[in-house]
Amino acid sequence: MQYSGLNRRHFMKATAASLLAGAASTRLAHAADTTIGIVYVGPRDDYGWNQAHAVAAKALKSLPGVKVVEEENVPETDACAKTMESMINLDGAKIVLGTSFGYYSPFMIDMAKKYSAVQLRHAAPLWTPKDPKNLGSYFGYLNQAHYVDGVAAGLSTKSNKLGFVAAKPISSVLSNINSFMLGAKSTNPKATVQVIFTGDWSLPVREAEATNALIDAGCDVVTCHVDGPKVVIETAEKRGAKTCGHNASQAPLAPKGFITGAEYKWITIYKGYATDLAGGKPLPNMTSGGYEADMVQNSPFGAGCTPEGKAAAMAAIAALKAKKPIYTAGLKDNKGKVVMDKTYDNLDPYLDQMNYLLEGVVGSIT
Amino acid sequence: MVDVAQPLSGSGAAPNRASDLSIRIRRSAEFVAIPLFALIVSGVLFSIFLLALGKSPGDFYSLVWRGGFGTAFSIQNTLQRSAPLILTGLAVAIPARIGLVVIGGEGALVLGGFAAAAIAIPLVIGHFPPFPTLVIMMAASIVVGGFWIGLVGYLRYARGVNETISSLLMTYIGIAIMNFFVEGSMRDLSNPNKPSTMPIGDAYMVGYIPGTQVHWGFAVGIFLAVVLQILMSRTTFGFAVRVAGGNPRAALAQGLPVGRLIVICCAIAGACAGIAGFYEVAAIQGRANASLVAGYGFTGILVAFLARQSPIAIIPVAIMFGGIVASGGLVQRRMELPDATVLLLQGMTFVVLLTSETLYGRFKIFQPPETTDRT
Repeated sequence: MQYSGLNRRHFMKATAASLLAGAASTRLAHAADTTIGIVYVGPRDDYGWNQAHAVAAKALKSLPGVKVVEEENVPETDACAKTMESMINLDGAKIVLGTSFGYYSPFMIDMAKKYSAVQLRHAAPLWTPKDPKNLGSYFGYLNQAHYVDGVAAGLSTKSNKLGFVAAKPISSVLSNINSFMLGAKSTNPKATVQVIFTGDWSLPVREAEATNALIDAGCDVVTCHVDGPKVVIETAEKRGAKTCGHNASQAPLAPKGFITGAEYKWITIYKGYATDLAGGKPLPNMTSGGYEADMVQNSPFGAGCTPEGKAAAMAAIAALKAKKPIYTAGLKDNKGKVVMDKTYDNLDPYLDQMNYLLEGVVGSIT
Repeated sequence: MVDVAQPLSGSGAAPNRASDLSIRIRRSAEFVAIPLFALIVSGVLFSIFLLALGKSPGDFYSLVWRGGFGTAFSIQNTLQRSAPLILTGLAVAIPARIGLVVIGGEGALVLGGFAAAAIAIPLVIGHFPPFPTLVIMMAASIVVGGFWIGLVGYLRYARGVNETISSLLMTYIGIAIMNFFVEGSMRDLSNPNKPSTMPIGDAYMVGYIPGTQVHWGFAVGIFLAVVLQILMSRTTFGFAVRVAGGNPRAALAQGLPVGRLIVICCAIAGACAGIAGFYEVAAIQGRANASLVAGYGFTGILVAFLARQSPIAIIPVAIMFGGIVASGGLVQRRMELPDATVLLLQGMTFVVLLTSETLYGRFKIFQPPETTDRT
């Protein structure tokens, strides 16, 4: 009888009660804040895609009433669904941002169906109106910033040969290569861009080989579109070549040869989400833009950029903010076929279907 | 004469059986106490590391508890994450019983998953009923996974190729084969940016265990672990495998079919990993793509070694790993520690547990008492 206070049923009750109390207290602690969850596929300090998001997350944390929870190295398996669920259930996240392509289907679609009161946004233009309404996409037109890279690079090269290390020949990558070339041609008609595809998003050894091969072929400026540009930039710097960055700022990696780099400005989008949530406004399902919407930017100019290059790049940024089109009528692919029957607006969906390299780019996508 | 004979006849059948039991209890207590002790030691070591970083170990362990086991959601998260690890752990433990260190479960998982997705495509297009489709998919995974690691066993026996190296290298070949088809002839062109096979569709997906958010792969993993435990410890096949693992020459001299045993053990291992691949496709991804290469095959190696290659012990070890991984996110988010923290905890635990292997047989308390009848 003495033990009655400790029998199993009482123990269970007490445990359950304490768990509930614990849960309630954490709820209260966060009630005042809007919690935003951000999920990354790689490390937050990769000098690339993930870092670009992490930089924005850090800026987001400084906003009043916003609490940011982050998780890195989350693979594109059910682990990402569980992470998002955990953010929703255990951290009380009101919006979850998935930053890797493979998170979307089926994981984020499932999460959106399961948690209709939570907003989910994904960093690639995948959302269609038949997907859940609390799900959406955001994306930046980074090719505009690559165009600016090209403008500066065209006036910073001596050999007139520019190199581009690219991951896979998909439309967003091709658009970056073509825009870089068009930017370079706009300031230096003699410039050509040679491209090497490595075949995957993160192949550091192949990326180093490709960089060396481009420099051996006479390129004195190298840029890239791979997940983590660190290897390309460092290899080129070691070889004495100049570099343009991609995704995040790689300026610290190349104190001598860095020209400028194409960067996303995710904070514009994230701030918009935070203010909409705080104000109780519905969030847009599709958010995208380039310079005209302040969603991309160029890294601070480095020692590799000539003064003329910098001036021309600043002018190009101003022009892009005023929606000056990059792809103009009559442009041909590098096999001679006219692919731009007219001048396209920078955000025209026709450009999302790009499956060719333009004249001026040396390389093949097959 | 009499006083020598007396204790012998006096300690007849019944007391002997009792001491048998006590020996068994002591022995099994050793298998529980030493790993527990090792876990505590690694916990203490890790706490020192946390203190050096200026973080509170108390916070850390309460978050691990909360994120891995503390709520209904956490427990299901843990179990779901442990499901592939049980199967890939078995893929290492079974060949280990015959003395082989096979570390290529990842390749068998990837190819097993790919085979399931590939064979499903014509069936889904032909509106074949879901259940038989899933059975065929699973069979394809078992056959392909079993063949893949079975080949490793065959190379070992017939050509003397080191199974550790060959299974690892075959993993890369397996991944390349999957990528070749997924990015080439079997690519679903409606998904332009991430090469994948055609999705099998919701109707053909394996659901959750009723009342939970845990897919059926977990139940199948537990079932297989139990079956394989019985197979390895309670059957003549298992006995033959252990003999061949202990001394292949002696086994050959006894007339045991060592080559066949090796290939069968490897094929079982590959089939387990293949089933893990099947569930990745049929319960999670719904298609085959590069996301199948998630490292479960490699984590399975850790699981199997920590379980000392015992199929049944793989279950709790895999769940422990699942819990650590499941709580890793919460730790990252709440304590602002990098993701590598949890890897460090895993690594420390692994090293300490392996070191603790040397403790077996050193504690008197676990040893059978000195028998008086040895004279």
